[in-house]
Amino acid sequence: MLTLAHFLTLGAILFSLSVAGIFLNRKNVIILLMCIELMLLSVNMNFVAFSRFLGNLDGQVFVFFILTVAAAEAAIGLAILVVLFRNRDTINVSELDDLKG
Amino acid sequence: MREQLLIAAPELWVLLMACVVMTVDVFTSRERRGIIHLLVMLTLMFAAIITLRGDYHSGGTWAVTAFSETFIRDPMSDVLKLFSFAVMALVYTYAKHYLRHFGLYRGDFYTLTLFALLGVMFLISANSLITVYLGLELLSLSSYALVAFNRESKRGSESAMKYFVLGSMASGLLLYGMSMVYGATGSLELQTISETIRNGREGDVLLVFGLVFLVAGVAFKLGLAPFHMWVPDVYHGAPAAVTLFISTVPKLAAFAMAFRLLHSAMGPLHADWQQMLVLLALLSLAVGNFAAIMQTNIKRMLAYSTVSHMGFVLLGLLPASAEGFGAAMFYVIAYALMSAAAFGVLILLSADGVEAENLDDFKGLNHRNSWYAAIMAMVMFSMAGVPVFIGFFAKWLVIKAAIDAGLIVLAVAAVVFSVIGAFYYLRVIKLMYFDDPLNDKAIEAPVDFGAAISLNGILMLGLGLFSSSLIAICMASFSYL
Repeated sequence: MLTLAHFLTLGAILFSLSVAGIFLNRKNVIILLMCIELMLLSVNMNFVAFSRFLGNLDGQVFVFFILTVAAAEAAIGLAILVVLFRNRDTINVSELDDLKG
Repeated sequence: MREQLLIAAPELWVLLMACVVMTVDVFTSRERRGIIHLLVMLTLMFAAIITLRGDYHSGGTWAVTAFSETFIRDPMSDVLKLFSFAVMALVYTYAKHYLRHFGLYRGDFYTLTLFALLGVMFLISANSLITVYLGLELLSLSSYALVAFNRESKRGSESAMKYFVLGSMASGLLLYGMSMVYGATGSLELQTISETIRNGREGDVLLVFGLVFLVAGVAFKLGLAPFHMWVPDVYHGAPAAVTLFISTVPKLAAFAMAFRLLHSAMGPLHADWQQMLVLLALLSLAVGNFAAIMQTNIKRMLAYSTVSHMGFVLLGLLPASAEGFGAAMFYVIAYALMSAAAFGVLILLSADGVEAENLDDFKGLNHRNSWYAAIMAMVMFSMAGVPVFIGFFAKWLVIKAAIDAGLIVLAVAAVVFSVIGAFYYLRVIKLMYFDDPLNDKAIEAPVDFGAAISLNGILMLGLGLFSSSLIAICMASFSYL
């Protein structure tokens, strides 16, 4: 029998994976975008699980909003990525070091 | 329904005009861009009139909600919105000069900033976790695009990417916290959350866990150490006109967000979040002031000074009292005005397609134009907290609020750090008045720019000399607490 704790654990694992991905990844910016997406989805998992076990629909409504915003966020992220590549000919994270001080 | 729409009338007006500006921009030729600027200024003016005409102002304490309690209008939201419009008007006046100069005078700047302003307004009036999130994202997504506004700039695109990744991660943290709070209380509406907590859920582990994530998200948006990594890079990499925007109006919204989330929703957990905020405040004051001393780039210096100013704002939030919130609100308003003037002068010094961004560019400004040097000197005195200027009263009020709440150690630390901070503000004044200029080129500015920055400078002195009325307005906004 699946309980709330199972879903929350899965959400927490996905969330930790995405945070680890953002901090450990030194290679590709696209992987960062994927990690951000994963982070939002792990939150969605939490909301849906809570909503189901509390018998309250608010959480599922919130999920729709998060999904919509995530789509807009991906669009802007990829647009910035294109600008970045055109200016620097690289999307390597460790080479993004012009700004320091 | 009509009543509900009237409550949100300023937002609807700004939304409508953002769409109108976007459409008109398509049909306007390059030479006639002035129309867009005029249209945006009219938008701000009418938005202010609509806000002022809302006749809910019965006595000191009022609050109306709309759209199933997701949207709230109270004295704080109205005052903050009015100041957002005023500061935005300054931002547009300064930015026009910059954009013209650098060949960036395009309609998208106006569209994006108007949508960001809409996000600011929703964030200020948010009364549910959904509205907080949507307002925040509308503001953030527009800001990410604005930072990359100069498409040919290497630094611009790099800082936009950094801002985007870190900002999205902060939104993720905030959302994770929100999901925990929702799980613990079963509601998204701020007042219901705080009532549920008060009815015997204070010790819930899930709730405290969620609170940690909420505080981290808020700290990121305010730019508090140790979540401040993005601030210097974004300030440095973005075009000065965009830095000008990011350093002013969103701070008003960030304060409102902190108030709504920490007090309206998590008020009963005051003891828990106070401890976290004390740490953040101390760190921000230390990191901000010490790192600012080491900068040779004025945009980075102002970025670190923002970090320390936001530490001061936290001093006002910590006691969770009416006086404290009023003081913090006065502080962010003062900060928005000071920051607008500082970046205004910075834009003024940019010439020949090169941004003035080094401290050396301020050398001998007094010989080149003594009035603009005087304005910059007033900004620096005000930021350092020299009496008579608005910045002094802001610092005094938040420190007083902290002392009243018994946070003596923190108050003493704040005073010590502001003395240390005075060093790098006074250094700019020394460069302007006692060093020889690197070039003798006269500083030219359009009439509206000169008028706006003069007004901005005079406001810093005037609101300092006659600060009592603005302080009274800020305090009255929280009189219901």
